[in-house]
Amino acid sequence: MTKKLIKGNDAVAMAAIEAGCRYYYGYPITPQNDIPEYLAREFPKIGGVFLQAESEVAAINMVLGSAASGKRAMISSSGPGISLMQEGLSYMSGSQVPAVVVNIQRSGPGLGGISPSQGDYFQATRGGGHGDYRTPVLAPASVQEMYDLTFLAFDIADDYRNPVVILADAMLGQMKEPLDTRKPAGRELAPKTWALTGCAGRNPQLLKSLYLGVRELDKHCWELWEKYERIKKNEVRYEEVDTKDADLVVVAFGSAARISKTAVADARKEGLKVGLFRPITLFPYPEKRLEELARTAKAFLVVELNTGQMLDDVKMSVGKGRPIDFYGRPPGAEALPMPIEILDQIREVYP
Amino acid sequence: MSQEKPRELRLINPRPKTLIDKPAHFCPGCHHGIIHRLTAEAIDYFNIREKSIGVASVGCSVFLYDFMATDVLEAPHGRACAAATGMKRAQPDKIIYTYQGDGDLAAIGTAEVIHSANRGEPITVVFVNNTNYGMTGGQMAPTTLLGQKTTTTPYGRDFKRDGYPIRMSELLATLEGVAFCARGAVNKPANIKKTRDLIRRAFEAQIKGIGFGFVEVLSACPTDWGLKPLEAIKRVEEELIPYYPLGIYKDKKEADHF
Repeated sequence: MTKKLIKGNDAVAMAAIEAGCRYYYGYPITPQNDIPEYLAREFPKIGGVFLQAESEVAAINMVLGSAASGKRAMISSSGPGISLMQEGLSYMSGSQVPAVVVNIQRSGPGLGGISPSQGDYFQATRGGGHGDYRTPVLAPASVQEMYDLTFLAFDIADDYRNPVVILADAMLGQMKEPLDTRKPAGRELAPKTWALTGCAGRNPQLLKSLYLGVRELDKHCWELWEKYERIKKNEVRYEEVDTKDADLVVVAFGSAARISKTAVADARKEGLKVGLFRPITLFPYPEKRLEELARTAKAFLVVELNTGQMLDDVKMSVGKGRPIDFYGRPPGAEALPMPIEILDQIREVYP
Repeated sequence: MSQEKPRELRLINPRPKTLIDKPAHFCPGCHHGIIHRLTAEAIDYFNIREKSIGVASVGCSVFLYDFMATDVLEAPHGRACAAATGMKRAQPDKIIYTYQGDGDLAAIGTAEVIHSANRGEPITVVFVNNTNYGMTGGQMAPTTLLGQKTTTTPYGRDFKRDGYPIRMSELLATLEGVAFCARGAVNKPANIKKTRDLIRRAFEAQIKGIGFGFVEVLSACPTDWGLKPLEAIKRVEEELIPYYPLGIYKDKKEADHF
């Protein structure tokens, strides 16, 4: 199969169409505009609904409406817009309505800037909105993964009836790479009997997150917890490069992992036993595998495009038995690290 | 003495099929029960119960799902019209209706209702205006009348500090996408009868695909107004209706075409 040179944002939009998504609601924000623009162009040709909402607050609730109807719906945005959607995500998680939310991260806090960032890690992995809930988070590191993980996001969302976040960034969204557009094998999914489609031939149904009855809400929260435990058991994904004999393991996701990969390969050329551990799912976090690596590796280096967020998860997985260094590059114009800068850091902390 | 034969009784106003037969838990004198019933009657009238989906909002109106025998989605505070938009776009053959209070629709949900109306979304909005936030204990709403005492305007609403009571029906009627827009009240049988017709027509605008159907219903909230039910009904007549005149503000006969 020949590959096509495709932009990361376009790859997400293409995959959404192939995954059967026909409902997209959004609001303009840099650096994700290619996604709504692609779907505004393509959806009318295939009977899909593209609607530019009055705000991200309205857009996520339009997603709620279409997803509650049993349809595959998607929304994309970047930091400030994703913040506005947290209310909707909390309600959708509480009401168990599936959808795919794409965050092409720009930099914050506040208006911040439009350069690639990983500053929304906490927001994505810790629930983000109010209440006791989680959303699975997928972190692509290439255009191919922007495509493949979009299919997976829809499957996980439908499988567990939960919103799923794709956490990419301005670099992954804006760059072009050769893309193999073969459709990954999907999973068997149960029919959406919970969907609100009118009560013809059945009793009226309800999708809600309000539980006022005695012991109702704690039961509901524990049921959600059980679901998150199932997700933790079944959906962990990660990539490892040269970790088997590694004395130093670099831990990074997304764009930071991509740049680190080159640095790790360069370190190997210098004879340093360095490996790369790249979480692909940020929730569930691949904590067990990191815990195992802590038995063989002597030290860890966490690289992120922020001031240290995933670092907490690495610390929790590795424990206090091994030194964990951190190399953070908060975003800003021309602030992306070069592989040589990470290599310098590797040399410095190498055990 | 001859025993009188029992007369055959005929129910002249039976409970609508769409209204679930259970005791309403609303406060004594609250008008939600009547407005629920009128909404249910409109759904029965068009025989659309099995294809109707309600969108409940936040406040006392959320309990719509306890009383309406249709599918119901619970939307976040103020977002019912956005959720209804997503639902109608996904299921154009279904009848989507929202039921929202004045805190929900006229404060936090202003953007959502204005833009849904402006897009001409063929949905039906039942807007219950009781001039305060009922469920949270009677705070000031955008619809609170000047001088009205609420828990957050203990000395009365002052236009210099809080602005003026907002007239949503008049505001929405100016938007091109609105097909039907009216205000009714349920403080006396004659008004209930008129409001029954208005709600029916707000559904009709959707059924005929003409556009956005909106009906505002002035409602009593005796508990939070600190009035007895009969006094509250009097207040609707003497204070609310003069500021919020009843009537039809927009009645488009057919959909726009390019």
